[in-house]
Amino acid sequence: MAVTVRIPTQLRNLSGNAAEVQVDGGTVNEVLQNLNVAHPGFGERLFDDAGTLRRFVNVFLAEEDIRFMDGVNTAVAPGQVLSIVPAVAGG
Amino acid sequence: MAHVKGLRCRECGHDYEIAPIYTCEWCFGPVEVVYDYDAIRASVSREKIAAGPDNIWRYSDLLPVESDAAIDLGAGYTPLVRCDRLAESLGLGELWIKNDTLNPTNSFKDRVVAVALSKALEFGFKTVACASTGNLANSVAAHAARAGLKSYVFVPSDLEAGKIVTTSVYGGNVVAVNGNYDDVNRLCAELAGMYPWAFVNVNVRPFYAEGSKTLAYETAEQLGWQTPDHVVVPIASGSLLTKIDKGFAELYKVGLLDEEPKVRVSGAQALGCSPVAEAYLTNSDTIKPVKPKTIAKSLAIGNPADGYFALDVVRRTNGAMSAVTDDEIVEGIRLLARTEGIFAETAGGVTIATLAKLAHAGVVRPDERVVAYITGHGLKTLDAVQGVVGPTATIAPNLEAFQAAFTIEEQ
Repeated sequence: MAVTVRIPTQLRNLSGNAAEVQVDGGTVNEVLQNLNVAHPGFGERLFDDAGTLRRFVNVFLAEEDIRFMDGVNTAVAPGQVLSIVPAVAGG
Repeated sequence: MAHVKGLRCRECGHDYEIAPIYTCEWCFGPVEVVYDYDAIRASVSREKIAAGPDNIWRYSDLLPVESDAAIDLGAGYTPLVRCDRLAESLGLGELWIKNDTLNPTNSFKDRVVAVALSKALEFGFKTVACASTGNLANSVAAHAARAGLKSYVFVPSDLEAGKIVTTSVYGGNVVAVNGNYDDVNRLCAELAGMYPWAFVNVNVRPFYAEGSKTLAYETAEQLGWQTPDHVVVPIASGSLLTKIDKGFAELYKVGLLDEEPKVRVSGAQALGCSPVAEAYLTNSDTIKPVKPKTIAKSLAIGNPADGYFALDVVRRTNGAMSAVTDDEIVEGIRLLARTEGIFAETAGGVTIATLAKLAHAGVVRPDERVVAYITGHGLKTLDAVQGVVGPTATIAPNLEAFQAAFTIEEQ
């Protein structure tokens, strides 16, 4: 059973307009790298030239910000949902 | 008449047409309105502004909205009050309070919402929505009612009861979400991709955020077209602080100020939610999100979208940041109320407490003309001071009881 990745509208042109994509991987990084293999183009949008997650890209695993866990090294279990969400403001 | 060219990503510079979009498709950075400043310069004047309405629409040349579509509840043009008694107690000289508690729904959010919903009407939206810590909820619900728009307002379910009542009364949908503001915000970012709604702080955010510039415009106009030396601004998402800095710069750019402004911009956060101040104080370039735990709920954004830009502004202008405890926030509210008769919500307590801290440290100086921004009314957060202030005495209804409780010397 793979991991479900929720794709934000801005990136759906890369996923053939799919809002959700099934990808394998044991960590957030593996999932996102495999996402890039399945749908080329995600890598350069999510990561900067140095290979770190862009600072306005938020990734949530099971509704928790991965920065509260181990960042891209956070372990992912099959069946979990990974959401890619742009930062938003308000108050 | 709006003098806009388009939208541009603040992070990577990608250009976009004017549309209800909020992030760069390329890097997810926030997009910002790009103006035709030559056209504004040719159109605007101090006299034209002075002849305009006593609200934010007097600055419509500098806002991204066609003015004939503007929704008007009377947001903005709030008093700028000289505060000598507060200044004296803080060891400062010329101190002013921008009293934005006196907006239609009693917070500065009316400025941004008036712009956002006017733009939403222009785009043809029928339904507006927002994620809110309360003040934005009040304002969106009220302005939607005024404009005849449907509304969905998403708030954390643990919000102060008063803020739920003062939103629900306007008749739109109020959705209490079991989670904190960042959870609500994330939900809204996902909903915004599914429904054809104008989310004021999501897909019309580039326009919404511009409304905050009017705080800088008014400050300069009310000071006789001069700028302060130092401003103290509360930070939640960081947008307000960033836009105040931008507002001062724009006034010079379009010829409304004689001299290039040099305004030091300092930021105020609650210690229980201080990701931006933390980055500033530890000299870090990374803003690490936090889980908010503070009575200043209107500032409780643990993952501030404009935090990096606020940090840049404060560093560039030689300002500072500080974070204050819940006790200091309550004392800040009380100090402002008892010295100047202005009752602020917890965010205002954060601003005053931070001002006090920075004044004590010599960062905000007595030789500076200082403006502190009080962004919301104290009646919104009565809980914060309820147990702390109360009757001086409770007495029986007779003369003896009063005289036993009080020794009155002066006549």
